[in-house]
Amino acid sequence: MTTAATFIHLAGVRKVYRTRGAEFLAVSEATFDVEGGELVALVGPSGCGKTTLLKILAGLHSYESGVVRIGSASQPFDPARDIGMVFQQPLLLKWRRILDNVLLPAEILGLPLAQSRERARELLALVGLRGSEDKFPYELSGGMQQRAAIARALIHDPKLILMDEPFGALDAMTREKMNLELLQIWEKAKKTIVFVTHGITEAVFLGTRVIVLTAGPARMADNFHVDLPHPRSLDMKTSEAFGEYTRRVYRLLGMD
Amino acid sequence: MGANRDALQRYSFAVISHLLLVLAWYLFVELGHVPKFVMPSPSETLQALLVPNYRWPENIAVTSVEIFGGYVLAVVIGIALALVFTWSRWLEMATMPLLVSLNMIPKVALGPLIIVWFKYGIGPNIMMAFAICFFPIVLTTARGLREVEPDLLDLVRTLRGSRWQLFTKIQFPGALPYIFSGMKVAAILAVAGAIVGEFLGSDRGLGYLMLQVQVTLDTAAMFMAVILITLIGSVLYLLVLGLERLLVVRDARLQ
Repeated sequence: MTTAATFIHLAGVRKVYRTRGAEFLAVSEATFDVEGGELVALVGPSGCGKTTLLKILAGLHSYESGVVRIGSASQPFDPARDIGMVFQQPLLLKWRRILDNVLLPAEILGLPLAQSRERARELLALVGLRGSEDKFPYELSGGMQQRAAIARALIHDPKLILMDEPFGALDAMTREKMNLELLQIWEKAKKTIVFVTHGITEAVFLGTRVIVLTAGPARMADNFHVDLPHPRSLDMKTSEAFGEYTRRVYRLLGMD
Repeated sequence: MGANRDALQRYSFAVISHLLLVLAWYLFVELGHVPKFVMPSPSETLQALLVPNYRWPENIAVTSVEIFGGYVLAVVIGIALALVFTWSRWLEMATMPLLVSLNMIPKVALGPLIIVWFKYGIGPNIMMAFAICFFPIVLTTARGLREVEPDLLDLVRTLRGSRWQLFTKIQFPGALPYIFSGMKVAAILAVAGAIVGEFLGSDRGLGYLMLQVQVTLDTAAMFMAVILITLIGSVLYLLVLGLERLLVVRDARLQ
């Protein structure tokens, strides 16, 4: 299965949490490959280990057994510089203006500041925040703050973007809008994105591939390619093919 | 424009309510024929300033030095100690519970001891002010430094950021609102500390003056002293407030 285009390779990854003598299986037998440039949606209920898996990919969590390999000959991967993170909350620094918030990773990595500043402006334009560079986070809506957080994740030009339910705290309409915009950003920025969500339609709508995880016990239940054309539009959600994909996930999660 | 008018309106109301209080005070004394030694009128209170024997400028200066000295000392040492805690978990675990227990001591009760140990005068009174306002500063600062979003920590870790970068870019600026909330509480306490110190033992200062004029039943001078002490405290509080406005973005301020 592993080919030259494979960017992420996971085989038999298993993670156990130990708390006060009790063991909790967070991830078991996670096996999948992601090609460079894919947008993979990890979907499942709470406790299925999707966030844990994301943190393993980020290098923040250890794991008991299995193989995690990121990078390829054509796309070498530097774990210190090639990860951009977006969380459920924007987590912008309240005391920094939007532009300076976007610059945070560049500062930590010690990238040349003048160039990064230029790039931050371009990225803010890309996420639709032109004109908000000098505002403080509290002057922006939740959706706009999350766009700034996406720009921050892109500032150091990482090859892999890890998103942990980034639109989970937004209202339904803003969320749909952000889905469309994320797809545009993904097409322009040409990044590999791993997107964790518990929204089934969101997973199918965004993903080039959907990986379904189930809870109790944590298990990888499915991994399929979403064969819907790009660019995607909201009316695809009413198409027969889209319905097939979402029903497939609902069935796996026992919700049909 | 709207915000400006709002602010103007708020300030006008504040000024009016203060003036009304003075007016009520005046009317109460005048219409109620309240004896001067029970409650002097506003004008009698002001006239107390004219008594040269009371050496107002010197007493104001002494009390101010005690308040500001104890306060600045508490801010510097309190913040420094909290910073040390964030770098050494071991030290924090050993010292923090001790500080919490020591905080339970009514600092005023230490007054007689301080006099036994250090005699009386400006120095011991600075110490009194310090003792009373040190704890809120160290406790709130330590708390602020602990409150780092775990996800932000992860963000810095994925970028292999250093402990120093985490501190300067996220931890310390994030703790500033907490530091200021502790500093504001401490500003009010510092005044109380200095005055209690003067009550217990001193030969100068507004608190000392109050005890002197109490003997002669010059209530007007006592009123004036209380007003001046309040004003010194207000100046300190406003300075802290101004510094907070300068350093902390509006949304981040703790109310």
